[in-house]
Amino acid sequence: MTELTTLTLAEARDRLRKKELSSAELTAAHVSAIEKARSLNAFVLETPEQATAMAEASDARLAKGEGGPLEGIPLAIKDLFCTKGVRTTACSHILDNFVPTYESTVTSQLWRDGAVMLGKTNNDEFAMGSSNETSYFGPVQSPWRRKGLNAPLVPGGSSGGSAAAVAAQLCLGATATDTGGSIRQPAAFTGTVGIKPTYGRCSRWGIVAFASSLDQAGPMAKTVRDAAIMLRSMAGPDAKDTTCVDLPVPEYEAAIGRSVKGLRIGIPKEYRLDGMPAEIEKIWQQGREWLKAAGAELVDVSLPHTKYALPAYYIVAPAEASSNLARYDGVRYGLRVDGKDITGMYEATRAAGFGGEVRRRVMIGTYVLSAGYYDAYYLRAQKVRTLIKRDFEQCFAQGVHAMLTPATPSASFGIGEKGGADPVEMYLNDVFTVTVNMAGLPGIAVPAGSDAQGLPLGLQLIGRPFDEETLFALGEVIEQAAGRFVAQPWW
Amino acid sequence: MSVDASTVRRIARLARIAVAEDEVDHLRGELNAILAFVEQLGEVNVEGVEPMTSVTPMAMKTRKDVVTDGGDPEAVMANAPKSEDDFYLVPKVIE
Repeated sequence: MTELTTLTLAEARDRLRKKELSSAELTAAHVSAIEKARSLNAFVLETPEQATAMAEASDARLAKGEGGPLEGIPLAIKDLFCTKGVRTTACSHILDNFVPTYESTVTSQLWRDGAVMLGKTNNDEFAMGSSNETSYFGPVQSPWRRKGLNAPLVPGGSSGGSAAAVAAQLCLGATATDTGGSIRQPAAFTGTVGIKPTYGRCSRWGIVAFASSLDQAGPMAKTVRDAAIMLRSMAGPDAKDTTCVDLPVPEYEAAIGRSVKGLRIGIPKEYRLDGMPAEIEKIWQQGREWLKAAGAELVDVSLPHTKYALPAYYIVAPAEASSNLARYDGVRYGLRVDGKDITGMYEATRAAGFGGEVRRRVMIGTYVLSAGYYDAYYLRAQKVRTLIKRDFEQCFAQGVHAMLTPATPSASFGIGEKGGADPVEMYLNDVFTVTVNMAGLPGIAVPAGSDAQGLPLGLQLIGRPFDEETLFALGEVIEQAAGRFVAQPWW
Repeated sequence: MSVDASTVRRIARLARIAVAEDEVDHLRGELNAILAFVEQLGEVNVEGVEPMTSVTPMAMKTRKDVVTDGGDPEAVMANAPKSEDDFYLVPKVIE
């Protein structure tokens, strides 16, 4: 049974289609793997009965030759996606009894295409965090450990549960969301592949909102091909989200193996940070060589406003969050804590319901939007955002097809190791990924090597708007050269 | 810019989050750490730069002004912490 969990999504799909394997067997193997891996805390809700029923329905469709593109494939769903009749909490106490009466567009498209739901994965509360340590359900342990050591490491965040579930082979892929790096940073930390598509590629309808101008859903998977297969089903127009574009969804899998010869790859000099570990510099160099060997042309480029992306993000994202999270008032859904009057009820509910990081961000957001401070903070940050986007546009206008950067400034770190005294220490994790959200561009993180302690490291490719296909083609080149990084079970 | 204790209390009130008196000092430190970090945006010349309003150039979609959903009070009320006859119950707001 265990070997079924080592299949990639594409391999499992092909075997299901050839009837060499049933979804019932495949799903049972994953359900059992999830049970054995509870110490990782990757799932906040397991749905084995639903998984079994969905798998049986898939097998019936496969038998009739009617299977969809993901027919019978067991997936894990980040707990930020509303799932009808299945508790959805955003890993916040304020929503810990919330059972949606509707299904998010992205997950409904996965079920439309035949996928099977294994359960809901852990994440930082309201997706605010880079280590999965802010979850109301507690931290996730990475399936990776430093060579010869037992200290628990973070899987990254906010999609830490999805990353750990994929890396520990508890599912064939998982949904995730990315507001400042929440798909790509955990992918890099766990040796998995994660793509944040262009803003507007996937519908945000039914996804618990954090910062609406930055949030975007995407897949986390074992391979670049698997991510391409999943994104094909997740993406697409949706009348229920006015920011979701009416563009047809390409057959992303067809980009796997496509030649990258002649593509111009920008190497932004601002991504070389002082004090960056030599190992990060080394895999970046290695990545450049791999792409060059595959026929791509490397060009040095400059994105001069890079260093301002993170501070601008920490104005824009909290501002939008403070507005989005105003809905948690103890009236229509979620937690209610009584107070002496209605304001007292709001204040008591939100004090009890929000964790420390969420409270911090809502307060910062409230402050930067408040009378007298709006122009100095929020308006200035939105102008800086225009400049960040312009930097990218100028490079693309000069014929650059994509850019190659490190995904994170370090490998994974220990649980409890960062951000205790100064919240900004944790924020710096997203220094290479946040620019992409600020500019609305697609970005993919692909495993590219390991550090001296055996922990995976990732590279990031940044693409032109709605050119995810080029990222898949380039990502495949890196994956073919670097090989896959699979955590050895200890749990 | 940095915030003092009375500003922390004012922000908490605006955000409708109860903050105990013994948490104010700690929160002040955290908020000031973030504000110190974003201070560097002051270096950027934003003269004549338009603030971003939409990250991808797109025209707002419109649709016919017709009812597309609704008529399901049970689904709407399903998660209400306190309700009666399909109304949400809240503490008295009008004397």
